[in-house]
Amino acid sequence: MQRLSILEIREKLRKKEISSREITEYYLSRIEKLDPQIKAYLTVTREEALAQAQAADEKLARGEELPLLGVPLSVKDNICTKGIRTTCASRILENFVPPYDATVVERLKEAGAVILGKTNLDEFAMGSSTENSAFFPTRNPWDLERVPGGSSGGSAAAVAAELCAGSLGSDTGGSIRQPAAFCGVVGLKPTYGRVSRYGLVAFASSLDQIGPLTRTVSDAALLLQIIGGPDSRDSTCYPEAQPDYLSELEKPLPRLKLGLPKEYFGEGLSDEIRIKLEESFRELEKLGFELREVSLPHTEYAVAAYYIIAPAEASSNLARYDGVKYGLRLEGRDLLDMYKKTRSQGFGAEVKRRIMIGTYALSAGYYDAYYRKASQVRTLIARDFEEAFKEVDLILTPVTPTSAFRLGEKTQDPLQMYLSDIFTIPVNLAGLVGLSLPVGLTSENLPVGLQIIGPHFSEPLVLNLAHRLEEALSLNLNPPPE
Amino acid sequence: MEFEAVIGLEVHTQLLTESKIFCGCSTKFGAPPNHHTCPVCTGMPGSLPVLNRRVVEFALRLALAVGARINPVCVFARKHYFYPDLPKNYQISQYEAPIAEGGAIEIEVDGQRKSIGLVRIHMEEDAGKLVHDEKRPVSYVDFNRTGVPLLEIVSEPDIRSPEEAVAYLKKLRTIVRYLGICDGNMEEGSLRCDANVSVRPKGSQEFGTKVELKNMNSFRHVERALKYEIKRQIGLLLEGKEVVQETRLFDEAKGVTHSMRGKEEAHDYRYFPDPDLVPVKIDPEWIEKVRSELPELPDAKKQRFIEEYGLPTYDAEILTVSRPLAEFFEECVKLFPQPKKVSNWLMTEVLRELNREGKEIDETNLKPEHIAELLKLVEDGVVSITAAKKIFPEVYATGRNPKELVEEKGLRQESDEGALEAICREVLSENPAEVEKYKSGKKGVIGFFVGQVMKKTRGKANPKLVNQILTRLLEA
Amino acid sequence: MAISREEVQHVAHLARLEFSEAELERFTQELSKILDYMEKLSELDTSGVEPTYHALNLANRFREDEVRPSFPPEEILSNAPQKEGTSFVVPRVIK
Repeated sequence: MQRLSILEIREKLRKKEISSREITEYYLSRIEKLDPQIKAYLTVTREEALAQAQAADEKLARGEELPLLGVPLSVKDNICTKGIRTTCASRILENFVPPYDATVVERLKEAGAVILGKTNLDEFAMGSSTENSAFFPTRNPWDLERVPGGSSGGSAAAVAAELCAGSLGSDTGGSIRQPAAFCGVVGLKPTYGRVSRYGLVAFASSLDQIGPLTRTVSDAALLLQIIGGPDSRDSTCYPEAQPDYLSELEKPLPRLKLGLPKEYFGEGLSDEIRIKLEESFRELEKLGFELREVSLPHTEYAVAAYYIIAPAEASSNLARYDGVKYGLRLEGRDLLDMYKKTRSQGFGAEVKRRIMIGTYALSAGYYDAYYRKASQVRTLIARDFEEAFKEVDLILTPVTPTSAFRLGEKTQDPLQMYLSDIFTIPVNLAGLVGLSLPVGLTSENLPVGLQIIGPHFSEPLVLNLAHRLEEALSLNLNPPPE
Repeated sequence: MEFEAVIGLEVHTQLLTESKIFCGCSTKFGAPPNHHTCPVCTGMPGSLPVLNRRVVEFALRLALAVGARINPVCVFARKHYFYPDLPKNYQISQYEAPIAEGGAIEIEVDGQRKSIGLVRIHMEEDAGKLVHDEKRPVSYVDFNRTGVPLLEIVSEPDIRSPEEAVAYLKKLRTIVRYLGICDGNMEEGSLRCDANVSVRPKGSQEFGTKVELKNMNSFRHVERALKYEIKRQIGLLLEGKEVVQETRLFDEAKGVTHSMRGKEEAHDYRYFPDPDLVPVKIDPEWIEKVRSELPELPDAKKQRFIEEYGLPTYDAEILTVSRPLAEFFEECVKLFPQPKKVSNWLMTEVLRELNREGKEIDETNLKPEHIAELLKLVEDGVVSITAAKKIFPEVYATGRNPKELVEEKGLRQESDEGALEAICREVLSENPAEVEKYKSGKKGVIGFFVGQVMKKTRGKANPKLVNQILTRLLEA
Repeated sequence: MAISREEVQHVAHLARLEFSEAELERFTQELSKILDYMEKLSELDTSGVEPTYHALNLANRFREDEVRPSFPPEEILSNAPQKEGTSFVVPRVIK
């Protein structure tokens, strides 16, 4: 049962080589053994998982086939799970138990999945290291002194350390792709609107997307198939049906033109990462694809635009946390005092920082100079990609400027942390597909990720290329056993 | 120095949709607290709004009825402020791109017609309800009302008097009721009004400092509040003082306005387009469809009643305030083609009952057939008009057939000329002195004779006929 | 562009946050630095550029005016910090 992909588990379950109970217990016992060091999970739903596994086994015995029947997965703790605590890694929601499931969770359940628990994140998905979790940081299974990335650090670590077969994370500025790169797993941020946000606790509504973190590209395709598609409860969700990703995966590819934006390969990129990426480029050329340079001229403005737009939307989305209806309430002299105490003590420093930036950017007198201006720059960045996609089919970039850094290394300077999102942010601003594929290890034995970016709804193409490269590299990365 | 008041009104109308603006919860009034709620209207983490199409349709109806310009694209915006009855601590409203702008509402005050311009109409969600505990320092929050759709209608500051303000509100109420989009009840809160008032020297083009007035829960309150406030502001200016820009609440017990002490910090609503909602694009086809389904509007109907039925303006005005009543009138006239008689009956007997119960005519047992029958019975002399008025309340209450009631109560008028003539002769012969009076020129005495005949017949004689017979006999 | 302490306090109030002296000091510095960085955007000429508020060009996403079952009040109130009957309870609002 070791190191199995979701597809492999599914196969073995169907062939009755293993039972759902067995594989679920396998992960639960690994969680028990390893998670005290890794701390990927905030909540482990042991009893529920075993019950779900039991039910799955009964269905399997009857010959029922559901796409994820009996497969144990985890879910990032900013995605609502009915009856299961959903904290967003924040004190302000420490004991919040949603009375409803997010659409993606409903779909996982309908597909027969077993849910092992909720994974750790940066508070309200704001961060790039999972150090902003109000409870504890998660550690990178490749080196426990290092961060797993963020904000979906718990999900990435859980998949990398085999504490689940796959996980759902969320990505607003790189929060799936970056931890996937740091932890050596596959991370997919679908096109904006491909997956319903209903039940995803909102951070920046026009940028957020839920996506899979998995061991293989095929697994990511399967999970996307299950969770994606139209949802009438989300006005921003694309109303057209999805293609069949798994069948698209095997289709032969034409001689694709792959673009390398020169702005992404400048000085800030670490040499080790550059080397590994270039190795993968050689592989792609060997596979018959054409690589050429492109330009995304407004790249240098992306972080500034993002760090106005995202906090602005966040400041608005987080206004609801006030101690009235749910979550933490700290009593005060009066209502105003209650609001201020509850929010000031319930939110962590990074969340407060972003609320402040966002409130400022929307406030009277500053709206035009900040929010509106940033939204105009967003148009320019989206146009850069549109222009580039006239010349190439897909774009290849690094995911991160460096490999996983040490805990505490970047917490002193928020701006430095923000700047490290430079490669992932533009994809969210333009709403494009972004996939992070592990392509090797540095000399320090730390994973390196390659980002494949595609136009809106080009998931089939992105997944196909990633699958092809994954096969060619045939890495099968696993962190050192503990 | 003469002053004039400059008044603008902001009206919120609660729409008559079945479900809320952004979720499927019922809008029905009267449920126990938080029985019509869900994660969306209670602002739970992860919830998202989805727009109710009918809200847009209702907004289009109103925009067309007032001649407003419909924007081809409109956008929802978040309006931020912290308050317990606002679960997300922002209200989803419209800011830079409302559904409609411009338009006007025609009013008539003291026979003078005037057009009150509109600035804009936009869609938004209602907030919840806060109830304050009498004894403990707590408030109770009920989100049943959160998310009920509202249309906000902002007028230009074209209104110049409290009377005009009330006329505007009444007309707006009639329009929204005609359109079937709102029941326009200020007392129940389905129609709410805030006013912006300033004064300036008559003839001046500049605006004085404006004061916002809130907490007016009826047309009467609006009138009184405005009257008081105008007087207060003029008073200040005459003393050489300045009017402070502020929000004042109407105190109905004292008939005055009070400043909202201390509460005032200028709100920074931090409007921005709601990223959870996509734009609403309205194409000409949609507009035409709504236009083609619009009912005849009050002004047009009133005009038609005057022209088609020859009714006086006064009658037409009263009959067309309520669309159901207007339609009822027309049905009655089809059955009994004497519009003025029908109108008289509706304006007196029928409206009296309706007003007493606070009902609309389509909420009662009355049918046009009832009215037509009653009027025919009177016309044919079967009953006196007095008798008809007597049985009407029962017809109204029970919906019973007037003819049946007439028979049951033995109210059939005596209209047999022969029988009546005999009684008339009797009365005349019994009252020779009065006969003399009549013959000497006091024609008014005939009333006494009619009275006597009515007495002898226990009120059953047809008074018109009796009058005719007596006249004939006396003149002979 | 540096942000002043007073502005930070004002923004904090708008967001219903309160800070200790030390936090106020730190936030003022951090925000100043971050906002300084945002000044980069003023380098760009964006005249005539339409702002993007949505990644996709969706419009007219509606639902029909049909009543759907509401959630049971117990579920709506299940996370309430303070409740009475089926109402949420808050400190009295001073008007």
